[in-house]
Amino acid sequence: MAQLDTREKLAILADAAKYDASCASSGTAKRNSRDGKGLGSTEGMGICHAYAPDGRCISLLKILLTNSCIFDCHYCINRKSSNVRRARFTADEVVKLTIAFYKRNYIEGLFLSSGIIKSSNYTMEQMVEVARSLREDHHFRGYIHLKTIPDADPELVHQAGLYADRVSINVELPTVSGLKRLAPEKDGARIEGAMKDVKTSILDNGDARKKYKSAPRFAPAGQSTQMIVGADAATDGEIVTRASTLYDRFGLRRVYYSAFSPIPDASTVLPLQRPPLMREHRLYQSDWLMRFYDYSPHEVVAAADDATGMLPLDIDPKLAWALKFRESFPVDVNRAPREMLLRVPGLGVKAVDRIVASRRWRRLRLDDVARLTVSVAKVRPFIVAEDWRPVLLTDRADLRPLVAPKKHQLELFTA
Amino acid sequence: MRVVTLPAPDDFDAWRDAARGLAAAEVPPDDIVWQVGDTPADLFAVAGDEGAPPMPAATGFSVPRAFIDLARDVVMAREPERFALLYTALFRLRREPKLVEDHADPLIRRLEVLAKGVRRDIHKMRAFLRFREVEDDAGSRYVAWFEPEHHIVRANAAFFVNRFASMRWSILTPEVSLHWDGKALAEGPGASKADAPDGDPTEEVWKTYYASIFNPARVKIGAMLKEMPRKYWKNMPETALVGQLIAGAQARESGMIATARTEIGGNVQAAWEALRDEAAACTRCHLYKHATQTVFGEGPVDAAMMFVGEQPGDQEDLAGTPFVGPAGQVFNRAIADAGIDRARVYVTNAVKHFKFEQKGKRRIHAKPDTGEIQACRWWIEQEQLLVRPQVTVALGATAARSLLGRTVTIGRERGQALRLPEGGEAWITVHPSYLLRLPDPAQKEAEYARFVEDLKKAQASVTA
Repeated sequence: MAQLDTREKLAILADAAKYDASCASSGTAKRNSRDGKGLGSTEGMGICHAYAPDGRCISLLKILLTNSCIFDCHYCINRKSSNVRRARFTADEVVKLTIAFYKRNYIEGLFLSSGIIKSSNYTMEQMVEVARSLREDHHFRGYIHLKTIPDADPELVHQAGLYADRVSINVELPTVSGLKRLAPEKDGARIEGAMKDVKTSILDNGDARKKYKSAPRFAPAGQSTQMIVGADAATDGEIVTRASTLYDRFGLRRVYYSAFSPIPDASTVLPLQRPPLMREHRLYQSDWLMRFYDYSPHEVVAAADDATGMLPLDIDPKLAWALKFRESFPVDVNRAPREMLLRVPGLGVKAVDRIVASRRWRRLRLDDVARLTVSVAKVRPFIVAEDWRPVLLTDRADLRPLVAPKKHQLELFTA
Repeated sequence: MRVVTLPAPDDFDAWRDAARGLAAAEVPPDDIVWQVGDTPADLFAVAGDEGAPPMPAATGFSVPRAFIDLARDVVMAREPERFALLYTALFRLRREPKLVEDHADPLIRRLEVLAKGVRRDIHKMRAFLRFREVEDDAGSRYVAWFEPEHHIVRANAAFFVNRFASMRWSILTPEVSLHWDGKALAEGPGASKADAPDGDPTEEVWKTYYASIFNPARVKIGAMLKEMPRKYWKNMPETALVGQLIAGAQARESGMIATARTEIGGNVQAAWEALRDEAAACTRCHLYKHATQTVFGEGPVDAAMMFVGEQPGDQEDLAGTPFVGPAGQVFNRAIADAGIDRARVYVTNAVKHFKFEQKGKRRIHAKPDTGEIQACRWWIEQEQLLVRPQVTVALGATAARSLLGRTVTIGRERGQALRLPEGGEAWITVHPSYLLRLPDPAQKEAEYARFVEDLKKAQASVTA
């Protein structure tokens, strides 16, 4: 086989990495290079340096070290039995590419993952070497996300956490039976074991830093994981419940959902259809409800259809919950506690905070609410204001078509 | 009428000094004209008017921190009225100290919206500015050309210094230029695009990355445009690719699906067995709670015909095998009469758990509802994708609903081929249990013959 140059390898290894949803570069420790020695900085908030036509943020150089793999997971384009073209970066090539992109302000840092070659430990060592070289040889202070390899030595994973801002390992599928069917070589219990080890390291590091300010930081941006949606039989209710268990047990920063999308040279085990993007979107919305709107997992599950366990696709889960539990509405914007205002469809966290601050100085009228929200039409049936009562609206049996967003044709060629 | 001239469009300190003195002197907002540099803001302002009175030393007054933060952002907005709006707010603050907390106040809201636009522009400059590398006597230097919407360049300088302190760089914009030599920041006059380098070989590598990380199966143009509005595109090298990526996306996606469809791997049998095992643990609807077991489909995975019934009955539920009860026996007789080899077809049910009502010791069949059919459709779809039968026969309304996703009147649609969304054709006929329920023997005979006739027609459309 002819030698591939860096650009050809990049095309293959970026293509192979695009099924990882995460590109976050937020929530890590603040660093800069004012000492004139290093390169890069991190602020609290990550930056998306570009957006691809799939609407996803490009914040990091997201690549695999190699797309060769000894595993045969059916959903994966890089599985052993796939005919995809293989390539492998050296650690040095990845380092150079990261620095070159970073200096031109294309990226916030590196997200490195890999297929498994030789053994889990060998692969993990190569990845740790990339991170080590960036941090120690080049004093790189940008963001690094390392995906850990299943079954790698905990000591290697620990080293990864010392160089990286975030480490992650994918649970891959929401159900045990799904994982058994689609990723026969992966072991759910060992994946969870690795997540538990990382959690312990993060907690220990927190303790150490309380005692010694100079203790090296371990994965300051925490750990995350990813599940594929639509490749096994899990319902939305099961997925939401699983995600909340993961958040609780392993202190995860994020659970990512990836709508299973057709891959070149797919295994026949998989559903061959357009990825359920709207379903993925609804799951992210329900994730938001749990993380920022004080919904408990069982409340989100209650918004799903009782028979099928699926969240509605035509309306968002918050609106679905409100329509199902009409007895909780209308909510008086001038009196209701913050947690009830957060349940009003169409009111975001910021709008609620503004309402709470403003109502100390005035009785809010519908016009005032309109100034503080994006769409008062959506909010109106669910609130009481100084000059507004949704007398007829709240009790109407056909409220749903009135508040559901209008369907419109997607424009494919507007760009 | 007083004219206050500020030295620069983003000079917060100058505005604050002037505004503080004017507010302390109780000068009403309507009496002040604010202008920047030598550009007259108001044609009717009388030249030579007095400016801001100097701040009397002892009459300082304080304003909430939140207002200062808000004003710092608003000053950078490209909104000619911003200084006047801020002064009006400051003037009112002296009487209404809590004004900034009243987000429903129209003036405060307007200032907040202006500030938000400025902060977004600051963020987008950090995101979308692109450096190009040039060589000079001292080595590498990085130069960027950027066109911000608001007057944000100075405010953003610290970010680029923090991040790129070890590099030598320049940021050129129409209003002002920033130069960092590795130690100190210098400011220069505005520049034009022609002053910036017109290329960098690394941009081709970056474009390769941009094209490769894009997933053609998930085109979402609205989401891209929302976060990366077109106004920023002209100075970003990768955006030149957007058009062709979108145009090629559909072809690439259908190509992937088509290739995967035509090339059956050797693992269909294994895949089917794994699917069956996964179905054994199904809890997608509540029917699993009372039924004995999941009754999955049965038959060769390369079958040309698939038969879909309604749901397992009492005997199927106990045996774990479809079509073994009374209706199953009618079915077996009918396909034999139609000349179809039972061993060569795949049989399954629209709903895979037995739904029943307990009447004494007997379990009486109950019709599955739409939700249950919908929940179980996932399995039928997977079976369809694996077996990929040329012809699928729906036995009864439940099966037809599951396959076609709509309510079907059997009398109207039986006896003709229908297209399935996933490929292949579907035929609709009655469920064999219907024949068992007919009381009149003559009618039973006639309907049986019609049933066999339907099966024959369906089989005839299987191409050898």
